[in-house]
Parts: sequence; structure tokens; C-alpha cells
Amino acid sequence: MKTFKTTSNGTLSNDDIEENFDDLHPLLSNGNAVVEASRCLYCYDAPCMNACPTKIDIPKFIKQIHTHDPDSAAETILTSNILGGTCARVCPTEELCEEVCVVNETEGAPVKIGELQRFAVDGLMQKTRPHPFKRGAETGVTFAVIGAGPAGLAFAHRFAMLGNQAVIFEKREKAGGLNEYGLAGYKMADDFAQKEIDFLMGIGGIEIRYGQTLGDTVLLDQLQADFDGVFIGVGLSNANQLNIPGIDLTGVEDAIDFIDRLRCAPAKAHIKIDSDVVVIGGGNTAIDAAVQARCLGAESVTLAYRRGQDAMSATDWEQLLATTNGVNIIHWANPREITGSSDVEAVVFDKMKSVDGKLTPTGETITVQADMVLMAIGQSMAETGLEDIALEGGKIKIGPQYQTSIAGIYAGGDCTATGTDLTVQAVEDGKQAAIFADTQLRSKSVRHKRS
Amino acid sequence: MANLHTEFAGIKSPNPFWLASAPPTDKEYNVVRAFEAGWGGVVWKTLGEEGPPVVNVNGPRYGAVHNSDRRLFGLNNIELITDRPLEVNLREIKNVKRNWPDRAMVVSLMVPCEEEAWKRILPLVEDTGADGIELNFGCPHGMSERGMGAAVGQVPEYIEMVTRWCKQHTRMPVIVKLTPNITDIRYPARAAKSGGADAVSMINTINSIIGVDLDQMAPMPTVGGKGTHGGYCGPAVKPIALNMVAEVARNGDTAGIPISGIGGIETWRDAAEFMALGAGNVQVCTAAMTYGFRIVEEMIDGLSRWMDENGYNSVDQIVGRAVPQVTDWQHLNLNYVAKAVIDQDSCIKCGRCHIACEDTSHQAITSMKDGERFFEVIDEECVGCNLCVNVCPVENCITMEQMTEGVDPRTNQPISDNHLEWTAHPNNPMRTQAE
Repeated sequence: MKTFKTTSNGTLSNDDIEENFDDLHPLLSNGNAVVEASRCLYCYDAPCMNACPTKIDIPKFIKQIHTHDPDSAAETILTSNILGGTCARVCPTEELCEEVCVVNETEGAPVKIGELQRFAVDGLMQKTRPHPFKRGAETGVTFAVIGAGPAGLAFAHRFAMLGNQAVIFEKREKAGGLNEYGLAGYKMADDFAQKEIDFLMGIGGIEIRYGQTLGDTVLLDQLQADFDGVFIGVGLSNANQLNIPGIDLTGVEDAIDFIDRLRCAPAKAHIKIDSDVVVIGGGNTAIDAAVQARCLGAESVTLAYRRGQDAMSATDWEQLLATTNGVNIIHWANPREITGSSDVEAVVFDKMKSVDGKLTPTGETITVQADMVLMAIGQSMAETGLEDIALEGGKIKIGPQYQTSIAGIYAGGDCTATGTDLTVQAVEDGKQAAIFADTQLRSKSVRHKRS
Repeated sequence: MANLHTEFAGIKSPNPFWLASAPPTDKEYNVVRAFEAGWGGVVWKTLGEEGPPVVNVNGPRYGAVHNSDRRLFGLNNIELITDRPLEVNLREIKNVKRNWPDRAMVVSLMVPCEEEAWKRILPLVEDTGADGIELNFGCPHGMSERGMGAAVGQVPEYIEMVTRWCKQHTRMPVIVKLTPNITDIRYPARAAKSGGADAVSMINTINSIIGVDLDQMAPMPTVGGKGTHGGYCGPAVKPIALNMVAEVARNGDTAGIPISGIGGIETWRDAAEFMALGAGNVQVCTAAMTYGFRIVEEMIDGLSRWMDENGYNSVDQIVGRAVPQVTDWQHLNLNYVAKAVIDQDSCIKCGRCHIACEDTSHQAITSMKDGERFFEVIDEECVGCNLCVNVCPVENCITMEQMTEGVDPRTNQPISDNHLEWTAHPNNPMRTQAE
């Protein structure tokens, strides 16, 4: 596990900070990859494959690495998951493929599936080769895709591969969604998100239009009129807000905005960090914010979660990464108020306990000094522009074939009611939605609106 | 502690682990290091006749096959016999033997197939004080093109002839090293015995091409764009060597001749297996070339401990102990019935037993029970072939259990205590009726 340069008293040099944002995991060498691949038992009906939302044929690609054919391994991966490079970096593999790896039973540690996947995909992407997939015969069908995040990109790629075309409407100036803006920098070092998108676009048949905001420059009914269908993959762009005193003080910021600022910064050392940082939340976004605060030189970083450790949605590995790098995680601490005159000075927490499963204050409080507070208590879907679509629990309601309440409009990824906040699930949603949409289009004669 | 001292064809050594004639025994420097590490003896790398020494290639001499974890599993070589002057080797042999009198010093020889050539070299070797000679009738590459090595070892009459010359012209014990590059090892072994050999050693390397360089489109190791066949050795060849040792040990007209076992020996256990099948001692090369000389420490410790734990006091008590149990297929008991049993507590559910059985064998292992992964043997289909045991990655998870009573659910035949072999089986038209 990477240990970052951190400080508890003083500042980090710019070089230290830049080094902190280098790759979290070094790329496996060729020799190490082959030896690691030899640990795979090539299971029948492999549990790892079944645990992968995109059903990558893991034993096959590992065997291909082992037999010195990493480019075929990459194609095996990308056939199931066109964003296999990102997923290799950010998937919580310890809760998916690697959790069920049977080698855990014999050796106490799984085959490093994620690192092997990255080895294969990075290797292929680094070569100047034609895109490995060919488009089917042109159908003349064009879909609009809202959002160039993992779901939208996966939809567009598969849809294009099937012979259709896709025009992606993206509100930001770069594509990638969370891959570009929402993950810790050291997970996506060397501008990987953009490299992966360049690679993905190599299929052809996909156009991305930037600066297009749903409900403003992009209107759903207009898209319906102009295109043969629509796929919505807008994700969850609104940060949830806490309604407590002091939330408006200077120094309080949404963790996703902090992460976004960091990702956009040409030099990380230019991001100002305060010495005492409090992060509120228990998910991987909270961890990404907390660890990156340490990477920037925050002397004290406290991550506060209102329930116990078991309930944290951040994976054990992410929690360990944080604690190893000096993040102080406190449990059973529910924010009561943020104090300060104009700038943040401290956060006051109610100490909590579980009474019959119900979160209850104990009556005690904890005060943590802070000059920066990062809120990471979840995100929700921005509904602007989606008023005509049926929702469920604030997210888009979809059927088994990713169809929304409006015919011809599909949705996938985190913005749907079945979304799981997993990049790999968003990729699967986009891919499957494309297959269903294509199948449906082929099953009936469709008037092509743009042809 | 068990006594590892051995006396092989009259040659004494403090333990049964000798280094085979090969690069590790080409020089005084190496051999002294080997003796310091604890090796019981060496067979000095093959000497040729006096005159300009042979010349080796100046490019790669070795090629390898690796296991999945890149452990060296098989090695081949295209190196020839010693390329140092004869007198240098003889001087060094004499030095080493003088300084290490308790270790076995055997000298490997390969000279042209003419009596005069052997007659010339034997006294020179005898003068070094060496304990014995080993006739290199094995090397399959290079020297065989010049009528030596395997070119002799593949013709039993030549083996017998040269062996007889050596016995006539020296008092040293003569060990004949056999090539495996023949169809039946018993023929050259018989020839050696007829010629008066004091012992045989086996196996020399197996003729091989280790691999093909697909960029150069040439065999490996590739020397200037071309390659040639070489001698294969290392753990991969052990099963072939074990069989050849056993064939010589159990065959009526070769049984009893001392055998020095060679072929892929890497551990004490490998050595014990060779000795159980009749080898009086063992020779090692590839393992030393892979790991260095100190592996002999583990061999000595391991063999001693195993012997102690099993009540063997001396090496003699192991040698040949498994030979009576080596038989022909036709004498195996066809009434012996075993079924595979999967221990569910140690099963990790990789499913390899299932797919091996399902795809390639007898469809005798389940994959699912109540919607869960579950691997269990179906006794009605299991022929007891052992494939599942062999492919299972967990040691002792699948075992073969003998059925001692009841009815075999596959054949519906009752289990019988009677020995029934093919020679007497009703399906055998050539069967011999029991008296």
C-alpha cells in the first residue's frame, strides 16, 4: 500500500505533493504480471467472473497474460468492459472479483485481478494500434446521449459498435464524468481518463458536444425530435446538504467540489489546503477527500462518520489507505453544528450510539478544531430537464431493459433507481442499454429522423 | 542419525549425493566448492583424448523450460566435453583427490571408439588417484556426430566392446553411463554388464529441441541464427529416468548391477525415490546449476530425517525397496476398486475437478447443488482414474478411497477380495486358466 508524504507539523514541498498524486499502484512489470497470472487456478464457472458486474472473462484474460498474449487479454477485458482501464484502477475489487477469488482460501490473498487487468489494458492502450473493435454495418440510427460519464460512454461505444451513431451532450469541458472530475488524482494519474476516452472514441460513430447543459441548452423533447432515441446517463451531480448551523461559514465545501478542483488543477501544489481539515461522511468520496487533503499537506485530517465502522460504505481497503496515511477516522459522530464567526473554527459532533438499530445521541459531544470542512454525505440527481420522466426515490425509474417511462428514452448508471454508485455497474448499464436499444430498433422498422 | 555413507561399485563416499559429469565438475575450483558444500562425490566433467581440446560455441549453450511461476523445470545444453587441456584436468583431479580423500572422485571419459585411444588415457587417469571412471556413452549432441557419446551408447555391441577394453586396461571400477535415446534401456544395460561393467549410471540427457525462437524462426538456444538439438535434463526428465532405473533393476538379466541414478534429482525425496527403485546412489547436475551447491545441505538433512523417521539406518536399506512392487500392467489387480472422495471442508470450489472430469473423462463430478457451487463425486460414474486428484490445486482435498466391500455402483459388481489380473481375466482370449 502506498504511503504518501504527509506532515503533522509544517508544509510539504511542491515535489512531495506532485509525487503524492502519482499513481497509487505502480504498473506490474511484464515478469511480475506473468508470475501473478500463474496464481490463477482457471476456475470452472469462475466466481470472480460472476462477481463482476460486466462479466469480464477473468480466467481467460489472466490465462492470456500468462501465455504472453497481453493484447488479447486486453481485448477480452474490453469486450465486456470498454472502461476496463478505469475499472482496474477504481473498482472495489476486494468486494467484487477479488473477494470471491478461491485463491483466498489457499493462500490467504486473492489473485491481483485488478492489477492484472490494468497491466493488460494499459499495455494495449500504450501501443499505437487501430481500435480493437470494428463497427457493424451502418444502420443510420443515431441516439442522443446525455452525459459523458461511464454510463454514457459505455452506451455510446457499444451502440456505435453495433452500427449506430451516438451524439453525446456533456455539460463540462471534458468528458469522463466522475472518471475525470470525481476520483482522487492518484487513482487516475497521467490524465488516464482522457487517454481512455480518446481510445474509446477510436471506434468511430461517436460525437461529443461540450458545454451542453440539460434543461438549458439541451432539452429532452428537442432531443426526442432530433434523434432516434435518447440515453440518459447524468449521474448524481448534486451534493447532499446538511441542515445544521454554520453550514454557510467560509471554509465549508462539498467534498466533490474539492476533488473536482484538485482534478482540474494543472499543479496540485497550487491548491491551498488548511492545516486542520474535517471530512464528514463514510463513503469512498469522503476517503478520497480526506486522503487528498493529507497529500496536499493538511496537518490534521479527521474523517467523521455518524455510525460504526461496519456501516461505512468506504471499503476496508480505502479505510486502511486513509488511516495508514494519518487520517483520523472517528465513528459514531453526528455533526451538530459548525462554529466560527465568518470562517470555520470547529465542528461539534453529537456522540451517537445504536439503540435497537436506531441512531441515537448519547448526550455527549465532541468538538474538533477545523479550518476546512468537507461534506461528503452522498449525492443526488439533478432533476432539471428531466421533469417529464418518472422517478423513483429521486432517481430515474427504469425497466429491465433500461427503458424509462418515455418510449425511446433509456437510462443507466448512478442516476437510475437501480444505480449502485459503482463505475463498473454504470459501464454495464450503458453497454446493456445499448444492446437492448439496438435490438429493439432492429425488431421494428424505425423512421430514421436524421437520415 | 541415519548413516548416509555409501559404497557404490567399491567407491566410498560420505553420502549418496554426487555431482554428475557436467559443467559444475569441470574445474578444481568448482569441485572444491562442491566438496566444501558437502557433496559426497563428483564425476569429473568428461575428458577427451590428448591433443587440441574440443571447442565450444561462444554463444548460448543452454535453453530452458520454465514452470508457470518461472521456476526452471527443464534445461537443455549444447555444450561439449571439457574444452580444457587434458593435462590441466588430470593435474587438478590429482590435487583434489589428494586434498579430499574421503570423497568419491570418478572421471568421465570419452575418446574415439578405438582400443588404442582408451588404452592411452586410462593409465593417465589411474595416476591421478581417481576412484573410478565413467564411460560417457550418452551425450546426444556434438560429440555423437564424431562417432562418440550417444553414437556409441546406441549400439549395444560397441558398449560391450569398449567396456571390455576398459576393464582390461585399468584396475579402476568402470561405470557405464547410458543414454536414454534408445527404445529399450535394457539392451545397453545388458551390453554393459556383458562387457564387465562394475555399474551403470543413467540417464544421460535426452535429445531435444527446447523451443523455437519465433522471431528468428530458429531453434533455441540460437547461435548466430541457427540452433541444434541438445541434451535435455532437469526435473522434467525425472519420470523417464525413474522408469529406466526400475527397468534395469527389475529385469532378470540386469538386476543386481549397481545403478547410479541420474535425471532431474532436485530434492532428498527425488533421491529417495531413485534409490527405492534400485539406484545405489544419485548424481545431480541441473539442480546445482539452478540453485548452487548448497542445495546438498537440504538433501542430506531431508534424507537423514526421513530415514530416521522411517527406521532406516543405512542407505542400503532403501536401495531397491520398491522394486518388487514394480510390475507389468498385466499383473495389476483388476478387482481393486477405488473412488475419488472430495473433502468438502478443504474444497475451495474452483471447479477444476468438475470440468476436467466433465470435458475429458467420465462426467463423474457435480458442479451445482441447490443452486450453489458444489463439487461431489458421483460414484455411479467414477472409474477411479485419479485425474481429479491430479488437477486439484489443494493437496489432499481429493483422495482415492478403496472400496473393500459391497457393490461397485458403477459396474454393479460385488467387491471381491480375490486378485484378478489380465492374464486370468475372462475378457482375455489368451488367459491362463487358474489351476
